Amino acid sequence: MMMKSDFWRAFARNKGAVLGLVILIAIVVLAVFASVLFPGDPWDMATAPFQPPLSDDALLGSDMLGRDIASGIAHGARVSLLIGLTSTAAALAIGVTLGALAGFHGGKVDDAIMRFTELFQTIPNFVLAVVLVAIFTPSLTTIVAAIAIVSWPPLARLARAEFLSLRTREFVQAAITTGQSNTTIILRQILPNSLSPIIVSASLMVATAILLESSLSFLGLGDPNAMSWGYMIGAARTVIRQAWWMSVFPGLAIVLTVLALNLVGEGLNDALNPKLARSRG
Amino acid sequence: MTRRLTGIPASFQRGFRRSVHRAAAAGLLAAALAIPGTAALVAAPAIAQETPVRGGVLNSIVQPEPPTLMLGLNQQGPTQTVGGKIYQGLLTYDQKLNPMPSLAKSWTISPDGLTYTFKLFENVKWHDGKPFTANDVVFTTSKFLMEVHPRARAVFSRCESITALDDHTVEFKLKEPFPAFIQAFEVSSAPIVPAHIYEGTDYRANPANNTPIGTGPFKLKEWVKGSYIQLVRNEDYFKEGLPYLDGITFRVIPDAASRSLALESGQVQQTQYSDLEPFEVPRMKTLPNLTMTTAGYEFVAPMAWLEINHRVKPLDDKRFRKAIAYAIDRKFIRDKIWFGLGRVPTGPINSVVKFYDPKVTTYEPNPEKAKALLDEMGLKPNGQGVRATVKLMPMPYGETWTRLGEYMKQALGKVGIAVVLESTDAAGWAQRVANWDYEITTNFLYQYGDPALGVARTYISSNIRKGVLFTNTMGYSNPKVDELFAKASQEIDPAKRQEQYSEVQRILSDELPVVWLLEMEFPTFLDKRVKNANTTAIGVNDTYESVWLAK
Repeated sequence: MMMKSDFWRAFARNKGAVLGLVILIAIVVLAVFASVLFPGDPWDMATAPFQPPLSDDALLGSDMLGRDIASGIAHGARVSLLIGLTSTAAALAIGVTLGALAGFHGGKVDDAIMRFTELFQTIPNFVLAVVLVAIFTPSLTTIVAAIAIVSWPPLARLARAEFLSLRTREFVQAAITTGQSNTTIILRQILPNSLSPIIVSASLMVATAILLESSLSFLGLGDPNAMSWGYMIGAARTVIRQAWWMSVFPGLAIVLTVLALNLVGEGLNDALNPKLARSRG
Repeated sequence: MTRRLTGIPASFQRGFRRSVHRAAAAGLLAAALAIPGTAALVAAPAIAQETPVRGGVLNSIVQPEPPTLMLGLNQQGPTQTVGGKIYQGLLTYDQKLNPMPSLAKSWTISPDGLTYTFKLFENVKWHDGKPFTANDVVFTTSKFLMEVHPRARAVFSRCESITALDDHTVEFKLKEPFPAFIQAFEVSSAPIVPAHIYEGTDYRANPANNTPIGTGPFKLKEWVKGSYIQLVRNEDYFKEGLPYLDGITFRVIPDAASRSLALESGQVQQTQYSDLEPFEVPRMKTLPNLTMTTAGYEFVAPMAWLEINHRVKPLDDKRFRKAIAYAIDRKFIRDKIWFGLGRVPTGPINSVVKFYDPKVTTYEPNPEKAKALLDEMGLKPNGQGVRATVKLMPMPYGETWTRLGEYMKQALGKVGIAVVLESTDAAGWAQRVANWDYEITTNFLYQYGDPALGVARTYISSNIRKGVLFTNTMGYSNPKVDELFAKASQEIDPAKRQEQYSEVQRILSDELPVVWLLEMEFPTFLDKRVKNANTTAIGVNDTYESVWLAK
């Protein structure tokens, strides 16, 4: 395994990744301290409706019911990050488990799992997510579940490929010969060695999950009790000619977060696959 | 003695002129000052009455595209707007809801309120050239509508007999007096259909449904699905020289932004109902070539409210419902959520509907009073300041209703009523409300010109019908209310009827079976060149026989 300092050096070599990390940390801080920075409820009518940015009570303006956009963005960051992280975690759990089983066992098990995965891959992601959320009524739990259900197939394929190639390697053969159980081999021998690409794609998946959640909320399929960026843009769409700030600022928040996650993902890729990074110069 | 009533065109012209002048004044002023947003209303000098000219095609919007134009079979809004030009009822109504002639030229009501006799116009022809007679009216009201039109069935099932006294006289004999009967003859409530085409056939499967044959001033020429519906002048229309227009084209424009653009660019000269989103209205009002009016919806007179399931505690306690009423600011709802469209209601009857009485308990925004009522009920705030938690399922009819739900959550939260918002789709909403599987929802109902037709149904206990939408889904039951509504529906003395309806309004406004939020208004936009449109209580759904386009 690589040393920690090597990892950081490789990561820091990618300037974009450092920038991404800074933005990401800023957003996390914003989310964590949302209630301190903006005490009240983001749904409260804090000021007069349609106040432009930089007015007295609303730094980034207010919406049609006089709700503070800045407060909405801060509290929305919580929802976006929460959904991004938990749904990715859930997708990882499903995807890596199935991929590992398929790759390790091969044969009929592999066939069965891969056909099942392909079934999901043939259905357009977003459409399936919309259908799932609509059927199970929108709430944070159903949204996380829907995003996880549509996002795990690529992870499963990735894990399977890693397991397929690793299981023929000597150290795995050695483990088999020494009589270790399948579970131990999967968890102790193969998984740690196949983590790098999985971590990289998981970091990108957080970004995709945030986008998916925003799209769902934009369509009115968000949790009606949670302020989120997608909801804010969806509500602002119809009044865009009167109040550009209502859609621009939450839009920027999404762009920055997704961009930051992608940059960090890239940096992780460089740091975890040093050969690749060096060959790129 | 028999009271003889005939239509008074002067009264409807007055109503029409008032509204057009008001809108024109706002438009002219805005144009003259060239200040967008000027909506000040000033008294306009009387504009000289112009002489109608013949010719020209009016373009409007139909949204959503209707499933059929056979108005007898389908009474959705768009079907009414287009079908109202092809079919006619016996009557139409002025904007004070007084009856006016349409296919009937005069009518009498016997003093005991049991016999209604209609004299029909004599030279009326169906679009296929066959003469229109009393037989068509008898067939329509006693057979056709009884089978296919629930609202008409509820009215005409009160008839003991419907007979053609001669070719141009129809007599309706009622089992019991029902003074609201005279309000039930406009074109969507009782569209007259041709007996020679429908009698003895399967009405819903009749091939003629695709080529509607009516008596109206316009005939269907072409319907390109997804694109437009083209109506042309009926050259054989029974009123000499009418209609003025060569035709009316309704364009199908599913996208809201494209609809407002079509009006702005002059591609269409009229929009109605919810064609434009409420937030577009303030901007469009300032355009110099348009006039806006909210008149012409008196017959539908929609009322929006919070529908509350009395089977759920603590919603069964009227103090709780009163607390809700005090916690909200209806002016805010009207001004900020509906962008100024609508009126703040006082009670169950829309103020433009007959027998409205403003002398009832009203609820000004007063959060302190709301908290006091909740205290009195023993609902004390817990650590988070929450006294009770309720679920609110906003009507899934678009953004405005979503905003309303969000507002409710905040406003009720302020007095300690925590609201959990539930979202659902249109089908799920209908299913859950009809089956009483909700706590609070938002809803609106049309009132159809008379409390007996459109108001009583929400509050009487005989209309607690599981599985049926737009009934008394709250489970509200008060024998006194039942009795008053029943008596008033049969009372032929208008003064006594007023007393009964006033009393019921006082009881309901005190018990608050639902919390009334808004007397909704719809905006009708007309290009200034369109004259004489929107003159009756059914506004854009009327025949448009005397509408004309200035050159």
